[in-house]
This record gives sequence, structure tokens and C-alpha cells, in this order.
Amino acid sequence: MPRYYTEEHEWLDVDGDVATVGITDFAQGQLGDIVFVEVPDTGAELTAGGDAAVVESVKAASDVYAPVDGTVTEGNGQLEEDPALVNSDPEGEGWFFRMTLSDKSQLDALMNAAAYKAFCDDL
Amino acid sequence: MTALNPAGWRPEMNVAGGADDNATFTGNRALMLEEALIFEIGSTETTGVDFDEAAPAADMGALARTAPIGLPGLAESETVRHYTRLSRQNYAIDLGLFPLGSCTMKHNPRLNEKVARMPGFADAHPLQPQETVQGAYAVIHELAEWLITLTGMHSVAMSPKAGAHGELCGILCIKAALEARGEDRRVILVPESAHGTNPATAAFAGFTVEDIPATAEGRVDLAALKARLGPDVAGVMVTNPNTCGLFERDMKAISDAVHAAGGYVYCDGANFNAIVGRVRPGDLGVDAMHINLHKTFSTPHGGGGPGSGPVVLSAALAPFAPLPFVTKQADGGFRLIEEENAGEDHPQTFGRMTAFHGQMGMFTRALTYILSHGADGLKQVAEDAVLNANYMLRSLEDVLDAPFAASGPCMHEALFSDKGLAEGFSTLDVAKGLIDEGYHPMTVYFPLVVHGAMLVEPTETESKAALDQFIGALRSIALRAKNGDPMLKSAPHFAPRARLDETLAARKPVLAWEG
Repeated sequence: MPRYYTEEHEWLDVDGDVATVGITDFAQGQLGDIVFVEVPDTGAELTAGGDAAVVESVKAASDVYAPVDGTVTEGNGQLEEDPALVNSDPEGEGWFFRMTLSDKSQLDALMNAAAYKAFCDDL
Repeated sequence: MTALNPAGWRPEMNVAGGADDNATFTGNRALMLEEALIFEIGSTETTGVDFDEAAPAADMGALARTAPIGLPGLAESETVRHYTRLSRQNYAIDLGLFPLGSCTMKHNPRLNEKVARMPGFADAHPLQPQETVQGAYAVIHELAEWLITLTGMHSVAMSPKAGAHGELCGILCIKAALEARGEDRRVILVPESAHGTNPATAAFAGFTVEDIPATAEGRVDLAALKARLGPDVAGVMVTNPNTCGLFERDMKAISDAVHAAGGYVYCDGANFNAIVGRVRPGDLGVDAMHINLHKTFSTPHGGGGPGSGPVVLSAALAPFAPLPFVTKQADGGFRLIEEENAGEDHPQTFGRMTAFHGQMGMFTRALTYILSHGADGLKQVAEDAVLNANYMLRSLEDVLDAPFAASGPCMHEALFSDKGLAEGFSTLDVAKGLIDEGYHPMTVYFPLVVHGAMLVEPTETESKAALDQFIGALRSIALRAKNGDPMLKSAPHFAPRARLDETLAARKPVLAWEG
């Protein structure tokens, strides 16, 4: 299952026509202790670059942007009860939402793991 | 009974937290008084007053209370002591330098309070017949004249109740002006260096918000702004001086470009205290700007006290200003323009934002501040605020990273980052260390464009001695953080409570007494 990364510090695991989206380990480290997460409703139409979710830490509240166009199929309801999952397992149990991919060619503009690591090292 | 102070430093502890032979029976140590929660002092089974048994409320129906209310019963003396003892654990502008700055609290001259309490102002009612409150109207009108003069603008809407309310007023004026032009422009551009309320205001008013990046020196990227302008852009919201504590030098060029593209310029004037008497926003092409009377012109705002955010307007936006407002008549008297009589004078108003004329208590305080300082004094307010902040910046930049130190002088606030602190040490540790030194911490983790931001605003009233003492304290803490002093990680050690678990408090807040 290929994993893609965005410059906004999100990751996508693509499985067929559905992607699972979350924020990266680097992002959770920058945010600090996460205290609240708002995931999108199932059925929400997302546009690449538009607001998709909200993540709030002890330091700041931030928007999580949609990495590609598509429709939300599922939000991670567990994060409402246990936002700390984003800190403990950001690229696993702490996923934010799943979405369909309207245009798979948009994935070509995203980074792979090596490119993302180089991107973070430059920050 | 459980321990009164389950967490944190207690008077019987020494600094390291070990036992001390000097423990007192009460937990107090001389004038440092331990205090329990109000529920621990007064039982819910007792009452501090001698009322007759209340008759059942016949007219309350199903709403009538059937169970005890569960509030602690205290005598008046116990209640007064409880809150007075708590207040002694608080930090206040009247105790020392408050580095949060004018946004929260700067020195509030006592003369303001004297004037605001004069019965003719304090006891006036907004529904009194207009001929009986001509003096209050004169204050509003004279203050309005001062604000117009100081900003070089066409007119002013006095009624908005605070900064963000003023932003909304300005943006609604822009919206009304666009509607009058028959244009459907939906985008408001907001630079990264703007206040966080700016995009919120634009979104609340129904606009789409688009970010404009900041340059490496912390100012608006003019080229990026110009590139985004077009027929869909309603306007721009620029905070000047901006949240990095810098003056937006390209303000006139920004205004000219936005105007050429058919948009309007909103300036967030919350930081007007840094430029009052020195810069007139009207000369920079601004169409609307709010002024925080409770910041630039003092008045006690800390702790959520009342604000007041009049909005100065250009000639292009003035016809759309909200109702009601005070006008001066040919005979020298004053009249309130409201819906009933707006038709003749002010037919294009976007409506009303407030029930009444505005925040009268703030008007009297602001006008007192303006008149007691005079034009020359107000200019010195800005100069001293900027001088003090630059003294702070240059006295600390060798121990704390100042990301925009090379961008020229700062305005009224000095910005530092957490770069260079020892591994594992953060801005939060520096802030907690300041508590042990007897200061309220500065603004932390804002603005977001700087990593681990520390924003220090000393304000204009601090003496050099007060600045030097604060600088000494912050230098000492910065050096401890650079050297990785483990004691700083667990600061504060001398506060009534130890470092609190802010994460747990946010994740699992306990908002009600659970006896």
C-alpha cells in the first residue's frame, strides 16, 4: 500500500480508490500534546487544499487540509474520546479520516517517504 | 479532611520538595496564605444568612426547584476573606511589569477612573431624553473628533464594543459598499502576520479567506499580494504594526495595489499604541481601521474587562457606517441618528450592531487619557512604547534568539523564539521560570510564524529600572534554559501550585465541584 506525504505534513495510505489520511509524526511533535480533534462527517466533499479537519494542541489550533479531492467515507471517531492517539501513534491508530479519490493523478504531486524526510530536514 | 494543597509548593516544603522543620500548623507562612476551595470552606448543608423558609414558587410550574441547590453556605465575612485571600495569589499590573503588554493590561491612570465615576457619566441611561445627556454626547463627539484627527480618516463609527467587533463593523462596511457597487467579490486576503481574529472576522461575514505569506523579515510579501489581486478580491486585512512587532513599511503600496484592483483596505489597528501621533493611517490609504480604546488609550481590560473598538472610515466607506451615532447640530447641541431619522442623513447604513451608543465608560476614560496627555503626550506614548520594546530586544538578543532582529527596530513588542535552548527545553519552561521570578509570563506560542514564540511588550509606562530588573530575570532564565538546568523543567517552585498538567486539564476538564 503506497504512502504519500504533503507539504502540510499529512500522510495518505492509498488502498485502491480509498485513502486513509492523518498527520505525520513530525507534525504531532511540532504541535505538542493534542487535546482535541474534529474530523469531517461522512459524506463531506473535500477539495485539495481546503479545510478538512481541526487539530488542537496545548499550543495552538490548526486546520488539517484535504490532500486531494474526494468524499469522506469515514472519520476516526476514536479521536474524539482519545485525542492522545495522535501523539502516541500518529501514522497508525491516530488516523483522521478516510476518503475516496476523485482524481488519482493528484497523487503524483505528493511526496514519498524519502522526499518528505528531506523536506522536513530542510525546515 | 484532605490536604488543602495536594499539588505544588507548600509552605512547609523547601525548594527541592523535601520536609522542612519549619512547617506551620495552618499551612500559612506569614502573609503567604493557603486557601481552600470555597466548597471546602462552606458546607452545602449550612447557610451564612438568616432568611425565612422560602414559600414554594407557585408560578414556576415544572421549573420550581425540588432538590437542594448544592451551593456552599458562607457568611459574608467568610466570603469576603475567601476572595481577598485568593486575590493575593494573583499577579496584577499594579504589582509589577506585565509583559503581556497593552493587549491585556497597561497602566491605567487613576484620573480616568475619577472621571468615569462622575455621576453625570456613570449614572446616565441610554434611554434618557436626549436633552438631559448632552454632556455625555459631547464626550462621544469630542472623542470621535480626536480619533478622526489622530488617524487622518473621514469619519468614525463609535458603537463597536471591542477590537474584533470593530473588525466586523469594518468588514460589513466593505460588504455594503460592494453591494452598493453591484459587485460580488468574495475573497478577503489576510497576511500571515495578521491577528488571528482577522480571518475569523472575514469568514464570519461570509467571505472566503486566503492567506498571503510573510517575507523572511516578517512583513507582508507584497509581490505575492499583488499577484493574487483580481476582480474576486473584496479587500485585504493587514495588521499594522503586525504581530511580529514590525511596522508594515509597504502599507501605502499595498493600499494602492488593492485600490487599483477595486478592493478595500482594512487595517487592524489594535497596535495603534505604537504609532499614535506619529503615523496617520489615512495617509497610508486605509479604508477602515478599528482602534482599541482599551489598549491605546488605557482603561482596565485585563481579565476580560469591557473593551471598545471604534472604527475609523475613509470617505468611500463612511456612508455605510452603523447606527446609532451622535452628530453635532448647527446650534451646538447634539443629536442621536437612529433608524427613525437616518433616512435624511445616512440612508446607506448597513444597520445596527449594538443596542445603544457604545461603551460610555470607555469613552470617558479614553477622552480623559487623550486630554491629559495632549497631542504631544500621545506622540511620546508611542515613542516610549517603541523605545522600551527596542531596549528589551537589544538587551536580550544575545541570550534569546530574535528572529527579526535584523529587520530593523521593532515597534511596541519584542519577539523571540526557542531556537538555541538546550535539548528538551521549551518556551513553556522559560515562561514557568518567570513565575518564580515574580512576573506574569509573556505571550507564548504566538505569533505562529515563529517557532516557540515569546512576545514581550513592556508598554510605555515602565521605568528603565523596571525594565532592567525584568531583563535581568529573563536573561537569567534564558541562560538556565540554554544550559539545561533541570530545576527549570519543574518550575515554578515558589508559586502556590506546582506546574499544572495543562494537557490533562484540556483533555479531561473538571468543571464542576465533585464533593
